[in-house]
Amino acid sequence: MKLLTHNMLMSHVKGVTKGYPLLIKATEVKVNEVEFNPQFVSRMIPKVEWSALVKAAEELGHRQDLPAELLADYEKNEEFLKKVHKVLLEVEVIEGCLQCPESGREFPITKGIPNMLLNEDEV
Amino acid sequence: MLYTIHSTFDDIEGRLVADLGCGCGVLSIGAAMLDAGLCIGFDIDDDALDIFRRNVEEFEISNVDMVQCDLCSLEPDAYGEKFDTVIMNPPFGTKHNQGMDMKFLKAALTMAKTAVYSLHKTSTREHIQKKANDWGVKMEVIAELRYDLPASYKFHKKKSVDIQVDFLRFSKA
Repeated sequence: MKLLTHNMLMSHVKGVTKGYPLLIKATEVKVNEVEFNPQFVSRMIPKVEWSALVKAAEELGHRQDLPAELLADYEKNEEFLKKVHKVLLEVEVIEGCLQCPESGREFPITKGIPNMLLNEDEV
Repeated sequence: MLYTIHSTFDDIEGRLVADLGCGCGVLSIGAAMLDAGLCIGFDIDDDALDIFRRNVEEFEISNVDMVQCDLCSLEPDAYGEKFDTVIMNPPFGTKHNQGMDMKFLKAALTMAKTAVYSLHKTSTREHIQKKANDWGVKMEVIAELRYDLPASYKFHKKKSVDIQVDFLRFSKA
């Protein structure tokens, strides 16, 4: 599970109003090389919840020195874009779980795939 | 199918793509090979996702990801417009799956910012066109395809059946 994907996931357990962002508890993390596309990274930045991304990166020990708030003019800052690229696309959680911040319900991550399926009584 | 999306409409390269009901990931891997920025596959089935994962390893693809979830029970605004493009070959909504194709379509239209590409039975074209109008989206039939599908379930009586399928593109008006 990449962090760009994690940034979009939320808990839909019945009755939960604030199921975002999901806390990451990782037992296995890998960093894989992904081809760097600066325009793609640049376009993704405004789409992501920046603070959730930084928090997730920090939880995995890969924050590097990403700022808590976005700098202006990031589109031209290649070094910055490379760091964001690494965090969005290259860092992957292979085993662990995602935890709903409100209900505490855990969604397992197995072989890199988060399982967001709810049980009948949680829908 | 993917090649048309890529070369005629430029909706794959450098884009964030979602593949709904990805199964073994045929469309996702194809999109990744056509240089999608990232393609995320969504499916409910353990076994299919396992095969998808193995395919990804075998082809050494790095720009895909996958999520196991039930697309029919998504919140109405989940992933709202987060993806540039949604591609899918959804369950056709026959037998025990009545209406599933439309549920997938609705989810896809919520998730996509620019376009949704999907396959649907030609026999449902008018019904889908009507829904598209209701939802305020533009529908184009990009191609008509015919699949000769061999029997795969116990309840299939014939050895194979020709299914006529529309390759559709939906875009927000």
